[in-house]
Formats: sequence, structure tokens, C-alpha cells
Amino acid sequence: MKLCRTHHWLLLLMLALGSLLLAGCHRGDDVQWQLNNITGHMPDLDFQLVDDHGKKVTAQDYRGKVVLLYFGYTHCPDVCPLTLAQLHVVMQRLGPLADGARILFVSVDPARDTPEVMHAYVNAFDPRAVGLSGPAREIEALSKRYRSAFTREPDRADGQYEVSHSSAIYLFDGNGKARLLSTPSNSQDQMVHDLHLLLSLGTRS
Amino acid sequence: MSLRFALPLLVAGLMLAAGAHATEAQHVRASGAWIRVLPGDLPAGAYVTLENTGDQAASLRGAHSPSYADAMLHQSSSAGGVSRMSMVNELAIPAHGKVELAPGGYHLMLMKAAAPVKIGDKVKLTLSFGDGSTLDADFVARPANATSAND
Repeated sequence: MKLCRTHHWLLLLMLALGSLLLAGCHRGDDVQWQLNNITGHMPDLDFQLVDDHGKKVTAQDYRGKVVLLYFGYTHCPDVCPLTLAQLHVVMQRLGPLADGARILFVSVDPARDTPEVMHAYVNAFDPRAVGLSGPAREIEALSKRYRSAFTREPDRADGQYEVSHSSAIYLFDGNGKARLLSTPSNSQDQMVHDLHLLLSLGTRS
Repeated sequence: MSLRFALPLLVAGLMLAAGAHATEAQHVRASGAWIRVLPGDLPAGAYVTLENTGDQAASLRGAHSPSYADAMLHQSSSAGGVSRMSMVNELAIPAHGKVELAPGGYHLMLMKAAAPVKIGDKVKLTLSFGDGSTLDADFVARPANATSAND
């Protein structure tokens, strides 16, 4: 009988500890991120741009969604399509959860990237990708906000040109808070792992 | 020396000479060749693995194709957190070694398709090497969101 009572107390203690642990997870403070944690180090998502339907949009329009922000341009034949193709695989691996996320592909080449070009481009990769373009000064402001830069390289003989740009992907939670940074050295598994966590936090807060 | 002896010697000598002067292209094998097709008339990246079975190093200089107005040999890099592309004059393929033209690294940039390239099409590219020799290879047209030759 005495033994039973001890078990009873042990069980209660374990339950109490368990709920404390769960409460910790709910706040998201002690989450073990695998990407670079930038929480508190970068400003909230904020912009005024034009989406790939030609509609004016702001960061507010994407509140409630986990945002994957990436700078690039459509005439980039290698790295930009590779990054977007990898993000498509990540979204597929998330399954139905991916509906809670949006890939925002911001053009660093607004002169060539009209909404029509952007629409065909992003949809060739993933239905949850949005192509954002707009006035050069708005794009520069957004890029500077996240301490990245882009440079138009000299024109080639055929009048075409390349644009050097940040290789990072910035992840924001559903409240528009900057949370994580993914660089080319991070793996797809790490991205999937952290997006699972970020998406589960987003639905609770 | 009579002709009876000279002729076989001449033939053997010519064969030796031909062996010694085999072109770079004759020793290079192309595999896993594909093109990432993007919408509209956007430039496309072309990728391939080149294996050199010869005893001499070979070097890829560039490519051309009846399907595209222009093709350039490029390299992508992401040093210092910045993605950029640079022109490559030649890409060495070591003797008995191989190089990969793969997304995020070396690639051929194809510009201005003569006619829209459809997914699944086989596009012929002629690769040219340091000694001027050439090698034709069929590149499979793959969708924008492909990550390799067969994913």
C-alpha cells in the first residue's frame, strides 16, 4: 500500500514536470533551432511592393503566414532557380503544413522583372511562391533592412547583365518577426526541421 | 627498302601518330546532361558530367547549339554571402578524372532559344575543347523546379 502511494506521487511529479516542459515549448524560447537564430537581431518584416498579379501589397498582407524571404532575379539561370527548386522540395516535404508558409521572391532587377514575368517564373517552382517587384528604392530599402545588398554588374556585349545579390533566405514567423537565417551551408533537413517548429509556433500564438 | 616493307611500316606509323594525336573530345564522355527550362525567353542553365578517359588533361572551352543563339561557360559562387556569376574561359578535366557542371557551380548559360524548348525535349549541344575538337551531347529539358538530371 505504501509502495502504491509512492508511485502515485511520482506520477504526479512527472506530470507536473511534463507540463512545465510543454509550457516552455509553447513560448518558443528554448526551441533548438538548426538554422541561424536571428530573433531580436533583425527588424520585423515591412515593405510596400507589387505582387505577381500587379497588386500593391505590404508585409501586413502576409501576417499569419510563415514567410521565407529571398532576393533574386529571373534572368539568373543557375543559383536563383536552384534555391527556388530546393524551397519547393522543402514545401513538398512539409505536406499540408506548407499552406501556412509563403515564399516571397523579391526581384533585385525590377527593370526586367515585371509582374507578368514574375508570375510565370514563381509558378514554375511552387504554388506557394509569390513574386514581388516594385520601385527600385522600395526594393533597396527592404534589402538594406536585412543588411543585404545587390549590385548590377556591367552590361555584356548583348546588352544583358547579371545582378549580384544576397544568397541568404530570411525566415519570419506569423507575426512578421525575423526568426531565422538560412545560408547555402545549411541543409534542406535543417530547413524542414525549423519550418516544422516555426509553423507549429505560428498556429499557437 | 622495298614497297613490300615500307607500306605496312607507313600504315603502322600513321596509326601510331593518330593514336598520339587523338583529340580531347575523343577521350571525354558526357553523362547526366540536362537543361533547366525557365518560362518565356529567360536564359537556361545546362549541366553535365564530363569524364576524361585519356592520359592527357582536356579542357572545356564552351558550347554552341542550333537551339540557342548563344551559350556561355559560367561559374556561380556565394562567397561572403553574395551570389554572383563569373565567366569561365576554360574548365580543366584532369586525365582519368571528371568534372561536374552542376547547379550552384559550373554551368553553361543558354540564351535566346530558337524555338520554345518543351519539357522532355532532347536538345543537342556541341561542346568544344582546348584543342578545337568537339563533342555532341543530348541534353534533356527538365522543369524549372528540377534539382538534378533525374529527381
